[in-house]
Parts: sequence; C-alpha cells; structure tokens
Amino acid sequence: MLAKSLVVMPEIALLTATLAILMISLFSGRKSELFTYVLSITILLIMVLLIFRSLNRPEVVLFGEMYVNDELAKLIKLLVCISVAVVFIYARPYLLNRENSRPEFYILGLFATLGMLVMASAQNFITIYLGLELLSLCMYALVAYLRDSNNAGEAAIKYFVLGAIASGMLLYGMSIMYGITSALSLSEINAYLVNVDELNIGLIFALTFIVVGVAFKFGAVPFHMWVPDVYQGAPTAVTLFIATAPKFAAFVMAIRLLSHGMQELVVDWQQMLMILAVLSLIFGNVIAIAQSHIKRMLAYSTISHIGFVLLGFLSGENFGYASSLFYIVIYVLMAAGAFGVLLSLKKNDDADVDALSEFKGLSQSHPRLAMIMLLVMFSMAGMPLTVGFYAKLYVLQSLVYNDFIWLAILAVVMSIVGAFYYLRVIKYMYFDGLEQSLGAQDALVANTVLSINGLLIVGLFIFPNYLLNYCVYVFQ
Amino acid sequence: MVNSLPILSILIWLPIVGGLFVLAAKKISVGVARWLSLIVALATLVISIILMMGFDSSQYAMQFYEKIPWIDVFNIYYALGVDGISVPLILLTTVITVLVIIAGWEISRECIAEYLATFLVLEGLMIGVFCALDAILFYIFFEGMLIPMFLIIGIWGGPRRVYATIKFFLYTFFGSVFLLIALIYLYLNAGTFDIAALQLTRFDENQQLFLFLAFFIAFAVKIPMWPVHTWLPDAHVEAPTGGSVVLAAIMLKVGGYGFLRFSIPITPYASSQLAYLVIAVSLIAVVYIGFVALAQRDMKKLIAYSSIAHMGFVTLGFFVIFKLAANNSSYSELALQGGMVQMISHGFISGAMFLCVGVLYDRMHSRQIADYGGVANTMPKFATFFVIFAMANVGLPGTSGFVGEFMVILASFKANVWFAFLAASTLILGAAYTLWMVKRVAFGEIGNDEVAKLKDLNSREFFCLFVLTLFILWIGLWPAPLIEMMDASVSHLLYQAQQTNLPL
Repeated sequence: MLAKSLVVMPEIALLTATLAILMISLFSGRKSELFTYVLSITILLIMVLLIFRSLNRPEVVLFGEMYVNDELAKLIKLLVCISVAVVFIYARPYLLNRENSRPEFYILGLFATLGMLVMASAQNFITIYLGLELLSLCMYALVAYLRDSNNAGEAAIKYFVLGAIASGMLLYGMSIMYGITSALSLSEINAYLVNVDELNIGLIFALTFIVVGVAFKFGAVPFHMWVPDVYQGAPTAVTLFIATAPKFAAFVMAIRLLSHGMQELVVDWQQMLMILAVLSLIFGNVIAIAQSHIKRMLAYSTISHIGFVLLGFLSGENFGYASSLFYIVIYVLMAAGAFGVLLSLKKNDDADVDALSEFKGLSQSHPRLAMIMLLVMFSMAGMPLTVGFYAKLYVLQSLVYNDFIWLAILAVVMSIVGAFYYLRVIKYMYFDGLEQSLGAQDALVANTVLSINGLLIVGLFIFPNYLLNYCVYVFQ
Repeated sequence: MVNSLPILSILIWLPIVGGLFVLAAKKISVGVARWLSLIVALATLVISIILMMGFDSSQYAMQFYEKIPWIDVFNIYYALGVDGISVPLILLTTVITVLVIIAGWEISRECIAEYLATFLVLEGLMIGVFCALDAILFYIFFEGMLIPMFLIIGIWGGPRRVYATIKFFLYTFFGSVFLLIALIYLYLNAGTFDIAALQLTRFDENQQLFLFLAFFIAFAVKIPMWPVHTWLPDAHVEAPTGGSVVLAAIMLKVGGYGFLRFSIPITPYASSQLAYLVIAVSLIAVVYIGFVALAQRDMKKLIAYSSIAHMGFVTLGFFVIFKLAANNSSYSELALQGGMVQMISHGFISGAMFLCVGVLYDRMHSRQIADYGGVANTMPKFATFFVIFAMANVGLPGTSGFVGEFMVILASFKANVWFAFLAASTLILGAAYTLWMVKRVAFGEIGNDEVAKLKDLNSREFFCLFVLTLFILWIGLWPAPLIEMMDASVSHLLYQAQQTNLPL
C-alpha cells in the first residue's frame, strides 16, 4: 500500500514544497522574491526528475479509481512542469523590470501546476473538477496580478465570471451523468454507456454540457470570448502562462472525459467537436487579420490552433489523439517563443510592446529576437522547414485517413488565410525600416532558454522522431 | 569513388550550411563573407559537374540513390535520386546561382552577407526539389523555397515589394496546400510516400481526376499558367535583379518538373482526359500573354510576361503527347524533349535578360522603356549582348530558344494543325514585343542626358553575360548532349504516360 502511494510522490512533493516556499517567502524579507524564484525552479526541476524516474513503471490506479498514472498522465505532467519552469524563467526579467516581481506570482503558479498535475492523473469526475478549479482560481488571481492596472482587473473579472459559468456547466453535465449512471469513475461510466442502446435526453444534456465545459477551457468558438480580452488585459507574463501550460491541462481533461469516459458516444461528440473546430478555424483566422495589437492577434491565432487540435481529436481513435497531442506540444513551444520575445522587448517608457507597428525594423535593432519571432511565425503558419508543418501534417493525415477530406481542405484553406497575419509580423520586422528602437532586457538565462526555444523549432523539424514516437506510444 | 559519396546530399547541404557560414563570416568582415559565398557557389557548381560526368544517360532508373528512414510515424524517408530530367535542372541551378552571386557583388556592404547567404540557402532547397524521391520531402523543399524568396523580395525589393512578396507567397502557398492534401490521399491509397512506388499504384477514374486537379492547381500556380499567373509580373518587377533571375530561371521550372514527376506518371488517365484543358490554357498563355507583353512599358514586366508565354510552350509540349496517336512515339518524345529543352533554355535566356535589365537599372534606376533610347551609342558591348539575348528570346535559329520551340511546334503540328498555328504565333508575337523593346531601348538617337552619361559594362557584368551567351549558343547550335542526357528518362516517362494506371 505504501509502495503504491509513492507513485503520488510528485504531487506530494510539489504541495509540500509550495507550502514551504510560501512560508519562506513570508519570512525572508527583501530577498523573498529571489528565494521564491530559485526554489520554484528547483522544485519544478526536481518534479521533472521524479516524473522521468517513473516513466518506465507500469500503469497504476489508486485511491478507488480516482488517480491513474498511465503514460498519458506522465507525459502531460512532464510537459506541464517543463513549460511552467520556462514560463518562470521568461517572466522574471519582465517582472523585475517593472518592479512587480513578488513571491505570489511563483506561488500561485506552483499551485496552478499542482492543479494541472491533478487533472492529468484524474480518473474520476471529482478529481477532474478539483484539479480544474485549483488551476482556474489560481489563474484568475494571476490575471489580476497587477493591482493598479484597469485592464488587468477588467480581464480578471471577465475571466472569473465566464470561467465560473463554464465550470458550473461542466459540473452540471457531470451531475446529470452521475444521475444516469450512478458512477463518478470514468471507467465505470464507460462500462455503463457500452450497454446503452440509444441516446436518451439525459445523456444528450450531460454530453452537451460536458463538451461546453471542455470547449471553454480550450477557448473554442463560440466559447472563446474570454480569450482575446484575457490575453490582452493580463500582464504579458501571465498571458504566457495561460497560453502554454493550461493547454496541456485542457487537452488531458478532454481526453479523460471524452475518450476514457464517453468513448461509446464518440459519434455524438465527434459532431459537436466538428462544429467547434470549423467555427474556431474560420473565426480565429479571419478575425485575427483585423487585429492591430500583438497579444490580441496571438489570442485569435490561438483560437485557430485550437480548431486544428479539435480536428485531430474528432477522429475518435488513437492516431487522431496522438496528432492532437503533438499539435498541442508544438503549439506550446511556438507560443512560448512568441511570448518570450514579447517579454524581452519594452518601449522607452518601460511600457509593454502592444501595437504590431512597434515591431517595425526589429531585424535591425534586435536581429536575434527578430529571427526567433520569424521562426515562430513561419511555424505557426505551418511552413515546411519549421516544426509547425509536421503538426499540421499529422492532423491533416488523421483527417484524410478517417474520410474527412472536406474538413482537411477547409483546414488548409484557413491556414492560408492565417498565413497572412503571420507574414504581416515578419513584414514589420524585416521589410520596414526602423522607426523607434525598442529596448531589450539582457537576462542571460532567459535569453539562452529563448534561443534554445527558437532553435528547437528548426531542430525538431530535422529530428522529429523522438517526440512523434513518444506521442504515438502514449496512446497505444 | 564518385558513386560511394552521397553527392546529392552534399549538393543540397553544402549551399545551405555554406550560407549559414556566410552569415557568421560577416562578423569577420564583409569581404570574407562575399568571397566565401562565391567559393561555396563554385564548389557546388564543381560538384554538380562531377555529378553530370558520373551520370549514366543510358539508364532511366534513378541514380546516386540515397534512402534513409527519417520520420517513422509518417513513414517519410529521406530519399534522393536523379535521372535524366533532374540532372540538367540541377546544373542550371548551380550555374545560375554562381552568376547571381557575381552579379550581386556590389550591393550595399551592410546587408550583402545576408543577401548572398539567402541565395545560397535557396540554391540548396531548389536542388533538393529536383532530387527528392519521397513525396513529402519533395513538398518540404517545394514549399521551403518560398521562405528565402519571400525574404529576398521583401527586404531587397522595389517600392511595392511588400504587396508583391505577400501576393507571391500566399498565391503559391494556396496552390501548394492542395498538393499536400493530394499527397496525403496518395499515401492513404498506396501506403507509401515513395514517388517511384506511387507511379506504379493504380487509381480509379475519379481518384485520378481529383489527384490531377489537385496537382494541377499547385503546379499551374508555380509555372505560372494563365489565369493564375498574376503574381509573377508583380514579383519580378519588385524583386532585386538576382531575385528575378533565380525566380525566372529556376523556380518556374519547379512547376514543370512537378508535372513530369507527379501529374503525368501517377495520373496518366486523368492527364489524357484533361489534356485539352492544359493545352488550351497553354495556348492562351502563348497568344494572349504575348499581346499583353506587347503593351508593357516596364522592361521587367515585359520580360515577366514573356516568361509566362515561354512556359506555355513547356506545358504545351508536355501535354500534347496525349493528343498524338500511340504509335507516334517519336513525335511524342520530340514534344517531351522540346518542353524540357525549352525549360533549360528559357532558364538561361530569361536569366540573361533580367541581368541586362539589372545592368541598366544599376545605372539609371529606372526600368521604364521611355527613359531610355540609343543605349547602343554609349554602351556598345552591352547592346551587343542585349540583342543576342533578345534574338534568343525570339527564337532565332542558332540560339537555344529556337530548339525547344521548334520541337514543340513540330510535335503539335502532328497532333492538330491549329495547335501548331497558335503556338507558332509566338514567333511573330515574341519578335514583336522583344525587338520593339530592344529598338526603343538600345537603338536610335540618344534619348536624354542620363543615357549620354552611361558607362559600359564592367568586367564583372561582362563575365556574367558572356557565360550566359556561351550556354545559349551552345544549346542552340549543338543541343545533342542535352538531349542525349534526357533521352532514356524521357522514353520511360512516355511509356508511363501511355499507361492508364486504372485498376485492373
């Protein structure tokens, strides 16, 4: 029993460490922020090691089927820890420059990470909801991190209200499902649904509300309204956080709920996801063209990428799930690169870079950052020579193999529409003359990690095998 | 020894890695960067000549074959190989790149390293297109070429370069994504991305029509064929001289190459059913675009439209084989070889003409014909070359322009008198627009004071134009080596075109 419980070691370690860091930060005086940062990165790296060590062990189900440590859970936890560490590394110089680096940022981030780890291992409605709420509440607080900013406060309220409604809907769907199946564990629910002949009204309601909850978390149209406002209003460090790690959590929640819990209803949720995906692709790409603010443009581009993720998902079988997972990993890599570049730049009065036109001539003033942004933009457009191409290729293959050729054609046509606004950023950086020079922060660690991030976009193009094979392996 | 080296990989990666080194060399000095880029381009040229000498033109099978597994999950291999169709195109690429680097020698010192490095990377990618034997690898190089070209036009181009380069990128991207869907569909049915295996797979009528149309959209935009040609004049006008040369000489040929590798061997039934469509569009390109060229006032735009008209000959040659009787294989071979020779010759001729316009632009900063007049008085050497290239563009016997056009017209005549009649109108239209431009620019009285002060060619420019003249006259007077190199592969392609690849 004890040996089995050691499987939960990462989560226990994280919780203990976070509480300890919280206490330390209260009593360390002026150095509290530095201690918190260093300790947070340390605990995240320890987590990565712990999860690595557990990779070769067999799957474990614990706590009355509430907790499962299968291959998917381990991979997601690994990715979440790495991405949160990268977020902290990119965010600290930005926050220091604005004299806003406080221990609360890192502690809230660590609690959100714990929420994501719980979601990754969840095998039960309650555990999923528990993890989701832990993550969401920390994120609401993080969005409101800048006390004095009106934009941040407005974004936080919007996020909180919409998020609360969406969580409520998810819970409503879960409770109806519980009422029908009298089970909270996903495997028991799936076993019940195997014996259901046809869809009754209760199941339709339950399925719909659960899909709505999942769609909100992803940011899929028409449940996307929070995405642009929160991305734009939140401090850029928090936007980086929202754009990266929680996407993994949303993905694993969708897999657990839809694939492990309700695989029998695949024909039904497949159609719902199809509508979500098509709308996200169209609206995300088209509306992004009209944006003149970089964070808002990235928000709408996120929506279009989520459309692709849902396209991979909707095939309902392992090849599609693996393509979706790979797409999310590559998307997080690209988003980290894009926001990392944004975090490195600032205007003369220490304000954030917001308008697209402020990128003019960046290739002359900051060639390294401009090159990283160029790689990220081409990758987001899905151009060969960058890894984004494989992400799109994988999803397109999954669509064509499952006979959704028209969806594949729509996806590529929308990609062309989308290519325009990515090219526009490159146009500002490389084709326009320098008008106003931007400043860049010079933190060594952040710059190094950002450069590695950029190199990975090309490096993973040349050597994608390891990551691809792992994504396939997870779903076998 | 030659056969054991991975020559094709060297040919692809040497320019790419060399280009990155040139970028790094800028830190040492700009002069070092320039000479390094020239050395890399010359090295690539030498290796491609070694390739040509080691090539056995009596075999149609792929030579210098390399295949290593690359991406397991997608079943994509890093597979390279050349045959008689690829080798001339690779040689064209390497020669043109050397000339472009020499021609770009005097660009402003602050960005010359980036400029030359981008061309080297572009060269590696273009060679990759002509060597790739795996469908997705081909697509990667095919699309990947867009990135350096996009940057070349956008950073170093003319006043409307942003419009031109984004139009070029999105237009070509639009065509290519349909190719991607078609390739994924091919894998679904054939279980492999290997081009040779795909050429042997059988598809039924509807599948072939769908695939042919998808391929057609992609390659028609690339060539470009009427009516999806509108990106080319803008791209050429706004591109820097080197960019125009590479675009016209090589990147357009990639579209024709795609027809030869994909459309004709994989979907021969659909190709023969829709051959009328392609022939009609080609003839419209030859005649209509010829008239459009006549009306141009900008020299580069005129040459751009002339390129579209000449590429019409290429596609005409490739698809008229389906209109020739099956026992007329000697004329069909003539048509295919004519299209191929036209591709190579047009590469040299249009490259040369764009270099000439570049020479004038460097001096006068204007491409408008009206700003010139009587250039031959002040620049006699230049005018000599200009007239030679103009005659080649017209298709004067003795120059390479004649060989390809004549072969295609002969074959078209056998298929249908009207095809030949319309195609031969290029002899008149081509002469009209080209010679009229030459007359207005080079001959007559000196137009204005600016022209009176023009200096003749310097030795660098002289060298580039002289090399191109040699190639044009060589292919024009003695095309046999080129045709022999292609012979076996063209016969095999013809054999593949005469299958139907329908299910048994």
